[in-house]
Amino acid sequence: MPLPPFQRFLDEHRDPVWRFLVALVGRQEADDCFQETFLSALRAYPRLGDGANLQAWVLTIAHRKAIDSHRGRIRRPVPVADADPGPAADDPGRPEPELWGLVRGLPPKQRAAVALRFVADLPHLEAARVMGCSEAAARRNLHAALTRLRKEWR
Amino acid sequence: MTNLEHALRDSAPPADATAAATAARRVAARAAERGAADVAYAIVPSPMGALAGVCSRRGLLCLSYRVERLDGLLDSLAGAVSPRIVESPARLDPVARQLEEYFAGRRRQFELPIDWSLSRGFARRVLRATADVPYGTATTYTDIAGRAGSPLAVRAAGNALARNPVPIVVPCHRVLRVGGGLGGYAGGLERKRFLLKLEGALEG
Repeated sequence: MPLPPFQRFLDEHRDPVWRFLVALVGRQEADDCFQETFLSALRAYPRLGDGANLQAWVLTIAHRKAIDSHRGRIRRPVPVADADPGPAADDPGRPEPELWGLVRGLPPKQRAAVALRFVADLPHLEAARVMGCSEAAARRNLHAALTRLRKEWR
Repeated sequence: MTNLEHALRDSAPPADATAAATAARRVAARAAERGAADVAYAIVPSPMGALAGVCSRRGLLCLSYRVERLDGLLDSLAGAVSPRIVESPARLDPVARQLEEYFAGRRRQFELPIDWSLSRGFARRVLRATADVPYGTATTYTDIAGRAGSPLAVRAAGNALARNPVPIVVPCHRVLRVGGGLGGYAGGLERKRFLLKLEGALEG
């Protein structure tokens, strides 16, 4: 099937990408990542082959942007007077569920594995494709993430 | 599924269609602004009903009365021009403004670059010749065929005009039958009559 007009691709994937990014980086950073994800996608778009899996492709880009954003945040100096609320707290008006705060504290691959499983609802094979690893590695990441969360939760 | 897995699902960030739609609109606007999109479109109002306007980097590519067929139009443009297509009212703003002036009787000539790439050969020559027919006047299919270089190809000229991608701006409504019959119009003869009356070329 030929590529749909980019606007249609954007409209069809904006909801899952938004949700995936909020899960990975929190509400506040999600918007920047969303912009960068789709602007990068637009640049590469005409080079995609017919029949590409657009959902997996855009989640792959979003995953990469989330990792970049996370790195950027680590590099950014922590303000002294105004204590950094940390990754768990976000928009002060809408407190985030504690559990997903813990998810955001996981190493990037584990975090992605959890978001791909419980937000994007992808099977292991698809999740592996998005994370650029083997299916076995995707399973291991998810397992490690769940083990760690079980210890930290409550 | 374990308690933890249930909890992860239940407390996952909810879908937020409003926030996603707002973010997507900003993506489209930025893409059009920075020239990252090759094609931009928007629905443009007119007293004859909404029009679908499409611009490429070169200029106005399409102006269509068939707003309900916009999806199909964009599909074919994705193949023929570029799939980098976004909705951008801002990019269509000059078109919307000039059309508004035209319909208010304040504009007699459009100053909009036109992208001719959707037509070729004789059809393109017909459209270019039609673009030179002045406001408030009318000519004939025979005359246009001649100006496009094939005086006998009257029917072919009519077909080219019927497929005019940019009606109003390339004023195919100013082309009539010899003897004064209205001929045809892609937007329907009501609209052809409306435009000719607006320009004072047809008695009200």
